[in-house]
Parts: sequence; structure tokens; C-alpha cells
Amino acid sequence: MLNRITEHPILPIPELKELKFFWNGKLMRGLEGMVISSALFMNGVKIFGHHPKDNSPQGIFCANNQCAQCTVLVNGKPVKSCMIPLEEGMRIQSCRGLPELTAEDSPVTFGKSSVVETDVLVIGAGPAGLSATKMLGEKGLSVILIDDKDRIGGKLVLQTHKFFGSIQDVFAGKRGIEIAEILGKAVESLSNVDIWLSSTAIAVFSDKMVGILKEKEYTLVKPKKLLIATGAREKMLVFPGDTLPGVYGAGAFQTLVNRDLVRSADRIFIIGGGNVGLIAGYHALQAGIDVVGLVEALPQCGGYKVHEDKLRRLGVSIYTNHTILSANGNDKVESITIGQLDSNWNVVRGTEKSFLCDTILIAVGLDPVHEFYNKAKEFGMDVWVAGDAQEIAEASAAIFTGRIEAVKILHSFGIETEEKLEALEEKAQITKSPLPKFEKREIPPQEEGIFPIFHCDQEIPCNPCTEVCPQHQIETENDMITSLPYFKGEKICTGCGRCAAVCPGLAISLIDYRKDKENPFITFPHEIIEKNVNKGEKVTVMSNDGELGEFPIERIRKLKKYPRTLLITVKLPKKVAKYAIGIKTQSDKIGEPLTIYHKPPLVDDAIVCRCERVTAGEIRKWICQGVTDINQLKALTHVQMGACGGKTCTALINRIFWEEGIDHDLITQGTQRPLFVEVPLGIFACVKEVKNK
Amino acid sequence: MTAYDCIIVGAGSVGVPTALAMGKEGLKTLVLDSAPSVGCGDNKHAIGGIRATHSHKGKIWVCQRSIEIFSKWEEKFGDDIEWIQGGYSFVAYNDSDEKLLKDNVQLQKRYGLNIDYHEAEKIKELIPGINGDGLLGGTFSPEDGNASPLLAINAFYRQARNFGVLFKFKEEVIGVRINKKQIVSIKTLKETFQTQCIINAAGAHARDIAQMVGSVVPVTPDSHEAGITEPVKRFFTPMIVDIRPSEGSKNYYFYQNREGKIIFCLTPHPPIVGTDRRETSVFLPQIAKRMINLLPRLKNIKVRRTWRGLYPMTPDGCPIVGPINEINGYINAVGMCGQGYMIGPGVGEVLARLVAEKCTLKDQEILEEFSLYRDFAEEEKLK
Repeated sequence: MLNRITEHPILPIPELKELKFFWNGKLMRGLEGMVISSALFMNGVKIFGHHPKDNSPQGIFCANNQCAQCTVLVNGKPVKSCMIPLEEGMRIQSCRGLPELTAEDSPVTFGKSSVVETDVLVIGAGPAGLSATKMLGEKGLSVILIDDKDRIGGKLVLQTHKFFGSIQDVFAGKRGIEIAEILGKAVESLSNVDIWLSSTAIAVFSDKMVGILKEKEYTLVKPKKLLIATGAREKMLVFPGDTLPGVYGAGAFQTLVNRDLVRSADRIFIIGGGNVGLIAGYHALQAGIDVVGLVEALPQCGGYKVHEDKLRRLGVSIYTNHTILSANGNDKVESITIGQLDSNWNVVRGTEKSFLCDTILIAVGLDPVHEFYNKAKEFGMDVWVAGDAQEIAEASAAIFTGRIEAVKILHSFGIETEEKLEALEEKAQITKSPLPKFEKREIPPQEEGIFPIFHCDQEIPCNPCTEVCPQHQIETENDMITSLPYFKGEKICTGCGRCAAVCPGLAISLIDYRKDKENPFITFPHEIIEKNVNKGEKVTVMSNDGELGEFPIERIRKLKKYPRTLLITVKLPKKVAKYAIGIKTQSDKIGEPLTIYHKPPLVDDAIVCRCERVTAGEIRKWICQGVTDINQLKALTHVQMGACGGKTCTALINRIFWEEGIDHDLITQGTQRPLFVEVPLGIFACVKEVKNK
Repeated sequence: MTAYDCIIVGAGSVGVPTALAMGKEGLKTLVLDSAPSVGCGDNKHAIGGIRATHSHKGKIWVCQRSIEIFSKWEEKFGDDIEWIQGGYSFVAYNDSDEKLLKDNVQLQKRYGLNIDYHEAEKIKELIPGINGDGLLGGTFSPEDGNASPLLAINAFYRQARNFGVLFKFKEEVIGVRINKKQIVSIKTLKETFQTQCIINAAGAHARDIAQMVGSVVPVTPDSHEAGITEPVKRFFTPMIVDIRPSEGSKNYYFYQNREGKIIFCLTPHPPIVGTDRRETSVFLPQIAKRMINLLPRLKNIKVRRTWRGLYPMTPDGCPIVGPINEINGYINAVGMCGQGYMIGPGVGEVLARLVAEKCTLKDQEILEEFSLYRDFAEEEKLK
């Protein structure tokens, strides 16, 4: 049976043509338009090969063209399976040992790569790149917008949840996938904008050229101005078992599940309680995947409280002050061991617990993909940077910074803009403001009529609820986007449910005392697969603090404008009704630990550089011998010198220096060199047809 | 204040093995470098080839010794420096190259080098998949080889320290004090160090250091770009050198290292004089065509990284090593013309004997060949 998601509360399931392919000689089925890694996952294949250095099993890690851990052989040639589309009859093999260079020895002829000039080259078609391109294009500049993926939108295409922010400025209340479509259409309609998809920027050169692998052709672009909107890559943690297949980034998970509709796991455990981890958990539940638990090292989750609440209500255990101690399993993840941290970040002995899971998602933050920017800057190019590549923040902030940098670029061309830099920067600052404190608000005392209740107790910049009320009765304090919403009550609430349906935090309920003052009706939003929720069926109703009891569903409805959000109505005793805001869908059994725990091995055995298989212990050894120059560490251990060029290990190496008490200023960072990704030599030669002998 | 028997300026391909040789001679030695660690100049830009098959006596002799040092290193000191005795093969596709290579073989054999000129068939065996169209033959010198410059310099560095050599990094030399034509001390931005002997092993910056003692060395850096691929199963052993000129370039060369990665480099023509080490868009398309033309299957190997390094060139393609007439205690170890990595260990021992006043007759002959006062008119043929 194929592990395909066949029903989803948010995503449509397209009919796709089936393709046959062979994995190590075995016939398998995939779907057209899918990348190889997703096709393999769909067939239950999670081990893609074994590392030539130590034979360790390899699987998906970033699913984002950043690492090379997902390498497989296609027709004998190593390729990144997360980037290459599946083709009918493809012969795919796992890697074991070094690949043999295929003996294609017929002489070839060569072409010449083209050099393209443009006003602006924008690298990255995510929220920042798209909003910038839209603005630049509308002002008549020639723009080339490139992205290494085969579709527009960047990480927006993975975001099935509704966005925060303001409706006018950043499409708040809409889902990422919808925003990608809106921005994409706007950009596609501009005739002076050239969009190159499946096009990877591979190098910035000192002669101010950007080398681009455009599908299979090498092209040099000479832009007057360069905008880097390359987004972010996921940070990693060092722990024993950290490279086992089944340990991968939350972004990779969203790619498999939300973009490619692959049911990539049965039971996941999440590391990190920021927005990325919390949202990934929510996406898992929407895809019908169990979430065994989530650990957060800090005393509280770093993500929005509403995201955390959603996850807890659905039945996920969140362990704060906890960390992962090891991923356990022989050749893939079989379980996880976690432990509690004391105030000095040491594990409290006796608190170790293990849980069965097949997947561990790492969501411990993001790092900007800024190597293009740094190189371009070094080479004196006219370069700007926007979105996560500039500073890690929400997608709404990326939309702003994209526009801000576009305004700056336009000004540098002497083109006036309607949008003023100061105003944009002020708004961007709001979206980037640090996580506000959470303070529980008083529930209004009123016990008659019908009105909304806001379980939104954190001043996150967001206002869709204020825009959708037909009676204009919802406002934020002082009309500020960062203030909390309240119901004015000057006109009666019609009970339309739009506020509940639009709220990105699923944090608004409607309470209705009109029919029964003792047992009011309470209505709240729900976005998990519909088949589990039927009228008349008993469900466990949840407050944000726990279970309120089992009650039958009185009514289920959908609003035309918000077809993916169910509004569920239950009838509760008035004592608890105001607190109800969701239902639990995941059974408590899923989150139960094993009776004995798997003792984690030494942290020094954990792999830091996954390309060259360098352990934390080896790096520590050299640091203890006085090495402070990462270039010397490269020479000694080959860290940062593998296929990915240090994209994952750099931050981890710096962390080991920190652990060893080396002042950050004393460390010399490793030199960054082209290429940003590996490219076949033949591409640079523009190898043409094979001559007939 | 401590006085050093010798202070070496530059902790690179030449300075570090020289320091080791000094240490072995029991000389109290200090190495200064402005970089934060060893090999940060152009050592790390070296691709790793080590050959004795030059056309110049001095170079042949020092490199023969270098090969001995590299090849016996692991056995002697235990560190793996990824040495492979894979040989060098210069290939010929035209009559003039064939003649040049054949003539050189005669000369090289006179110096006892193990090298032969082979017909095309033998070259095809050595280099599976080589383009046979027009291939006339080539040389093969099986005793040449390669090792990782990154691992080797760190191994030399560790051993040098074991022999008591002191290294100081982030020390930029700003002046040299001379009293009555005798070196007295050397000054960095941070400190002054007493010594009567300075060795200039400053690679691309050799001219600046020489100037501090009022000497002019004809060393002018030019730049070459190089690259490395992903590792694949090893399928050939020699360093392949193609000396045919092409548009924008002279020769190029590549080999497969012990990890299976192919490392390649090209000589631009006309030379790009200067100290610019920033990568250009020209290099990869240029060398890709040449390499794939020679060995078509390379079209499928993935390039991992490229870089650009400096070749401190002399007018005749031979290094400048030894004392100068004007100042006592100043010694050049400069102008390695991109071969500092293979010349360094051999030349380091000659210098150590020079400082320890133990020069052999052969050493004297080598130093004569590398003298600053030689006639620079005759160019080395395979530089």
C-alpha cells in the first residue's frame, strides 16, 4: 500500500498519473510531478544508501537542496533525490560505497553558456522574493526571478495554516498556500519579469556574475542589482543517533506531507517548541500522523501560545525543560530518549524517558541562507537582502522586507515609489517584534445573548477578526494591530461565525445563551480530518487548560468563504462553556512512554559534520589542543568540506567552541567558496550531443 | 630576551617543513605568520601533486628528497597524509609536445629519475577512458605522487612543535633590524624578536619581506584557479598533465586523490598577475571543456568547490633559495612558482644544514642553482 495522504482537511488531493520505477531492481509505483525522495517515502523506503566512510545508513534530511544526504543513483549517476522529479521507468539505486563514474567515453562537443543581462536578479521566489519582484516589475524594471524548486512560493507552499498579521498588508487569515498563489499570479502577469524555476544559483563570482544552473543549462547572469531572498535553512542539534534515517528537519517533513502529500511517518516526536515545531505538529495531525510528543528546552514554548494551545488541545504532550538525549534504532529511528533539564542545562538523572516513534523532527530554529549575500558583498556587487536571508522572522515580515528592499532598489535606479520606506519599516518592525508575554485575560462575565470569546491572550500582530465582523463589533485596543481583540457589544452579534473561522490561532469561540441559559451552545473552529467528527457523536471537549468532559456534537457547519475550517457546536454546562475552544482527537495512549528507557550513548560519538562523518569528540579533541581557526579544523577533519560545504555543521562547530569556553571573537570562521551546490563538470562545458563514432 | 637561532617568516608550504628540519638540527626556531593558523596562505590552494620529474637539476634533487619525506611520513611519524605514489603522466597529442617530452625524458634519466616515454596504448591503460583521437603517447614517472596539502602541513606542524619549534600566529612582520650588515632582530605589530638569522618563506608576500632588508627578489605572484569534485571510485592513479595551449590557458592538470576526489588546476595565459584570490566565472567553463575533451567521462562528475591561489613566479620558473651578498643572516626561500608544496620539505633540509653550517657539496650545488645571482634567462621547461 502506498503511503499517500488521501484525505486532508485543508489540501486538495489531486489525481496524478501513476509512474512505474525501479528501486534496487524492485518495481515500485510513484506519481507524476513527485521528486524521487517523496516517491521512495511513499513506498516506505526511508534508507536511501550507506555512507562510503563508515557505512552508516543515510536518508532524507533537509529535502531542500541544501545537504546531500538523500543522494541516490539514477542510471548509475549520483543525484539528490529531493530535487529530481520521478520519471517513468527510472532505475534508481541506493548508494553503497563510492559511486563509480560511468564509463561514457565517447567524445563530445561543447557549446557556449549564455550571459544574460538584467536590471535586477532576485534569488528566491518565496514571500520576500515575490513581493519584491512584484514591486520591481510593476515599475517596469527587467527582473529575473529564480528559484531552485519547480514551483513559485518558496516555503509558502508548505504552509497550510492561516497567517497572522494584517489583512491589507500581508494577507492575514489566508493560508500560506493561498498567498503563494496570489503573489505568484501577480508576478507571472508582469511581462518584464522572467521567472526561472528549477534554477539554482550556484555561485557568485568576482567578475560580478551569478552562475545559475537553469534546469540542465549553465547560464551566467550579470545583473545591475542583486536581491537575495534565499530564505533560511534549519538548525540542527548534536545528539547520538542524529544522522539516523528518520531524523530530519520540520521543513523536510512539511515538504513530504504538505507539498507532496506523502504520509511520511506513523509516529513523530518533535524537538523544539517554536512556531516551526508547533506548526509541524499541527500539520502532522492534519495529515493523520500521530504526534507522540514535543520537547522544548526552555521553561516555555517559544512559539505563539495559540499554536501551542492548538496542539495541546488535540492531545499532544508538550515537555518543557526537556531535551532529546538520543535517537535510537539500528538503521532507522525506532525510538527517542528525552530527559529533563535543570537550570544549568544538565540532564536530571532519573528523568530519562523513551518513546516509540519512527520520526524525529528537528525544529530548533533557523539560520539565514546568506552565503550568496556575503559573497556578493565581498565582490562589491550592488546587492540587497530580504526575508529570512536578512533576518529570521515570520513570512509576514518577509513580505515587508521584500517590499522594503524593492523600494531601496527602485530608489537606487532613481525611480520614485508610492510606498514610503519609513512606513514599511515601521510595519516590518511590528511583525518582527519579539514574542510578547502571555497574560491570561478575564473571561467576560456576561451570560446572555450571543457573543464571541477570545482565547487570544498574547499581543501578536494580527487583526483578521476585526475586519470580518459584519456588525463591526470587533476591535483591538486602541486599534493597534498588536493589541488584543475584544467585542464592543454596541450592536448584537449575528452569530455568523466569521471571526471564529478566520482566526489564524483558532482561538475564537461563539457562545450562545439564547436557547438555554444553563447549557449554552458553544461553537469553535476545527481543522482536522472531517470523518472523525460527526453530528451526534461524543467528543472530548477541551479548554486550553485541559479536558472539560465528553459531549455530543450538536452541529457542524462550514462558511462558504472559509471552506476548510469546520465550525463545531456543542452544548455545555454554563460553568465550563466559556472555556471550551476545541476537541481532542489524539488518544492519550499515543503519548505514553516505554516502561524502560534506552540509555543514550556519549554525546561525543554524535556526528557533527554529516557529509564527512566527523564526530563531536573529534572536533572537541582538536579544540582542546588549541585549534581556534575553523580553516585548520577543516584541514584536519574535513568538516565544512563535504558535499554541502558546511551548511549544517558550521553552527554546531561554533557551539562546541562555546562549550569549551572559547571566546567567539577568537575563532576564525572557515572560508566560504563556490559552489553553493555540486554541479556536474559537463554542465560548465555545455556538453552537447555525443558524436557518432 | 630569548634569541632564536633562526626565525622563519611564513608558516606555509616552505616555512613549516623548513621549521621541522631546523628543529631536527636542534636549532632554536621561531615561525611567524600573520594568519591565524598554518597553511593559510597558498598552501591550502595547492592541489597536492608531488613530482621530481622536472627539467632542472636543483628542483629534481630537492623534490627527490621531498618524495622520500612524503612517502615515508606515515611509517615514520604515524600521521596519515593521504600519500599515493600514483606517478605523473604528461600526455602528447602533437609532434612538438612529443618531442619536448621525449627530450626531457633523456635529461631526466641522466639524473636517475624513473621516467619513460610510452606509446598511446600504454597511456590508455594508465588513464582509462582517455580520448584516443590523436593521442601519440606520453611520459609516466611512477615514483611521483600526491598527498593532501591540508593534512601534510598539519603533520609537519605537529612534528616541528615536537622538535621544539615555536609558532606564533596573527603576527604581522613589519620590520627587520640590521646592524653592520648583520640581522639583529625582527619586529611584528606586537613584539620584537631577537635573531641573527631570518628565512623569508613568505610565499606570495616574499617581495615585501625582502624589501625590509633592502633586497629585491624578482618574485611576482600570478593567480591560478583550481577545483575539486565529489569523490568517486578511484579509476586512475597518475597526475595527468596536458601541456597543449588553448584559448586563454596553457597547461592544465588533474589527479584523483586517495578519497576519490578529482582535483584540477589550470594555467591561465596570458598570466593574471597580481594577488587577487577571488574566484571568477571564467575558470570552470574553460577547464571543463579541456578536461572533458581529454577524458569524456568526467562530464558526469560533480564539481564541489573552486578556489584561486597565487603562484609566486620567478623569471625562469625556478625558486630563489639561499643567502644574499649584502646582508648577513638573511636567507631567501622564495619564488617557488606554485611548487612550494613539493619543493618545501626538500629545500627545508638544505636550509637547515645551511644554517647549521653543515652543507654538503650537493647542497652547495643546489643553492648555486637557486641563487638570486644566477642568470634568469633560461626558462624551466615544465614549470
